[in-house]
Amino acid sequence: MIVTKCVLILLIEETNSKRMKIKHFINLEWKQYFRSAYWQKSMALNVLLVFVALYFVVTFLALGIALYPILKETFPEQDPLVIVNSYLFYWFLADVIMRFFFQKLPVMSVKPLLTLPIKRSKVVHYVLGKSGFSFFNFLPLFAFVPFGVMLIINGYPITSVIFWVIAIFVITLVINFLNFIIESLSSETELSYLPIILFAGGLFAINYFDLISFTNLVSNAVSSIYETPLLIAIPVLVLIGLYLVNFGKLKKQLYLDSSLKAKAQEVKASNLEWTRKFGDAAPFMQLDLKLIWRNKRPRSSVFILVIGLLYGLFFYPNPVYQDMPWMFAFVGIFVTGIFLINFGQFIPAWDSGYYKMLMSQNIKYKQYLKSKYTLMAVSVVILFILSIPYVYFGWKILLAHFAAAVYNIGVNTHVMLLGGSFNRKKIDLNQRAAFNYQGTGAVQWLIGIPLMALPLAIFGASYYFFSFEIGCLVLTILGVIGIVFHQKLMNLITEKYLDSKYKMIQAFSQDN
Amino acid sequence: MIHTSNLTKTYGSKTVLDIEHLDIPKGQSFGLVGNNGAGKTTFFSLLLDLIRPSKGEIRSNDILVKESEDWKPFTSAFIDESFLIGYLTPEEYFYFIGELRGQNKADVDALLSQFEDFFHGEILNQKKYLRDLSKGNQKKAGIVAALIGNPEVIILDEPFANLDPTTQIRLKGIIKNLAETKGVTVLISSHDLMHVTDVCERIVVLEKGKIIKDLATSEATLKDLEAHFAGTETV
Repeated sequence: MIVTKCVLILLIEETNSKRMKIKHFINLEWKQYFRSAYWQKSMALNVLLVFVALYFVVTFLALGIALYPILKETFPEQDPLVIVNSYLFYWFLADVIMRFFFQKLPVMSVKPLLTLPIKRSKVVHYVLGKSGFSFFNFLPLFAFVPFGVMLIINGYPITSVIFWVIAIFVITLVINFLNFIIESLSSETELSYLPIILFAGGLFAINYFDLISFTNLVSNAVSSIYETPLLIAIPVLVLIGLYLVNFGKLKKQLYLDSSLKAKAQEVKASNLEWTRKFGDAAPFMQLDLKLIWRNKRPRSSVFILVIGLLYGLFFYPNPVYQDMPWMFAFVGIFVTGIFLINFGQFIPAWDSGYYKMLMSQNIKYKQYLKSKYTLMAVSVVILFILSIPYVYFGWKILLAHFAAAVYNIGVNTHVMLLGGSFNRKKIDLNQRAAFNYQGTGAVQWLIGIPLMALPLAIFGASYYFFSFEIGCLVLTILGVIGIVFHQKLMNLITEKYLDSKYKMIQAFSQDN
Repeated sequence: MIHTSNLTKTYGSKTVLDIEHLDIPKGQSFGLVGNNGAGKTTFFSLLLDLIRPSKGEIRSNDILVKESEDWKPFTSAFIDESFLIGYLTPEEYFYFIGELRGQNKADVDALLSQFEDFFHGEILNQKKYLRDLSKGNQKKAGIVAALIGNPEVIILDEPFANLDPTTQIRLKGIIKNLAETKGVTVLISSHDLMHVTDVCERIVVLEKGKIIKDLATSEATLKDLEAHFAGTETV
């Protein structure tokens, strides 16, 4: 807190002297946000997001207040503070992962600012400073401040506790800036989610196998700050260091040629004649395949396939889950539908850049959608085949995966396409390295909930009232119904797209 | 070919286009001029059903544009670079458009071979994606793509902007040829009065959404237009 304030005060003073006030930046941001079609069209989603945020705030508050008494009661012999300290490592690790998937570096359209008389460093300071105000940085405070108050009430020394809370906050900010470095690493390379998985997985493994006990390390570090408040200087120095690294990185990207640099990509043209089998949707299939392969953003959804396929390994080897067969269908939906979910959520935004052209061309909307449908359905079949080895953990898993795959093909594909007709957010495929991180915001994840929760509920209910087999049967039947009525459903969906044609064209031709 | 009647487009209380009546016969090369905000692009977008008219209608070949989609097979357009698919090579893009318009590769190749001059060796076989081409070259690709599939109506918004002088001259030849020998109705807009007067048989001046001049091009037209836009017109 103090640190961000200092940075901000510095910033404001500096900018004042150059007569370019920070308020201009904030003004720009405000307008960018509220004037975008996205905001105006999706109030409902924004409200939902606010509720999710509130939910977390309340949960964290409750946790912060209740943690001390609960720990005292459950482990009367141990010091609650020590217990909390010993779990901090996992907390921070979870924080890193959560941030990677949900938090994006606050972007400002900096290009128009480059030619104005504003120092580059000022723009970068602003972008970084703004990230300090992220929801993710304040969320932990809702838990740790009440916990700290509880500690003080229970007779812990005030200064120590205050410094303890500050230490946690500083480390949270450290994670904030560490995250941007990890994100820029993963966006500069083609590795997508690999760096974060390696980083978090590596730390976890090292800790788990006791090579280096990070649990103790973190615990000791925080305890020493608690005992010797002066040691707070160390995390603060780390924070400043990371800030400077980020600063250097961003500043270098702030040139037109470094972000627009044509990498003289040699085109690898491939012959996609085999798509002819899909009839009149063939030209779109070819286009979609090229889209996926030649653009960074959609290509990452291919790399996620690997992670999705391995997702089952989290559950199946664990004997605990062997007794929870209702989980199988959920895992099945995820494993066989990972591409469907990742690719489908941005239909038709993938084509937003040239949507106007498509709409003025001599095409049938149905063919266009059919291509997307075919792509998703085929991916489900392939993923199901690839997931067959899970039968090693029991035939029930294979059965559940099969039911989930049929459900995915029959129901979820249509749900995805239907959801797409509400899509109003442009994706800029041409955008290059600078500032272009994954772009999957929290909103997209929220849409994923009904996709996964609904089949889980259906399956869970029929499992609870009848049996595992009936559950699989219900999912399969629902899927088959979807497949049988495919043409009808597609007509309905096509109509929806036609209805929102003008709105989509307008939203997609906006820059934000 | 194109009949416009009582066409208006309003955003809120602001009327950006208000055309009572405008007929464009088949095979005419039609030029639209006007300052920024005069409604040129709005008119073209309405012609392509990219936005909905607030009132009135456009009929293209007796097809009601806002209702039916049957105008699409004989109409093509290049409005801006959002008509290009950045991650395709120019060839792939031409074939894709060709496919949508019922042309096979050989047809497209035959058409492209006529434009080797126009491309000036900078479009085909470059092993580059469209997004990596310069603005001018992107424009060349977009314009030629709009000619694929023997359209009867071609709409080009600001086709001369961003092009180098040589290409501008060649483009003029292409447009003239389309209207004169093939009977194609060509609609272009431009800020360059000289180019439009060179190319178009008829020039309409829009101002704040209204037609204020409708001229058959003659020797005097350029002077007339220049006087109009300079504001030194004698009424």
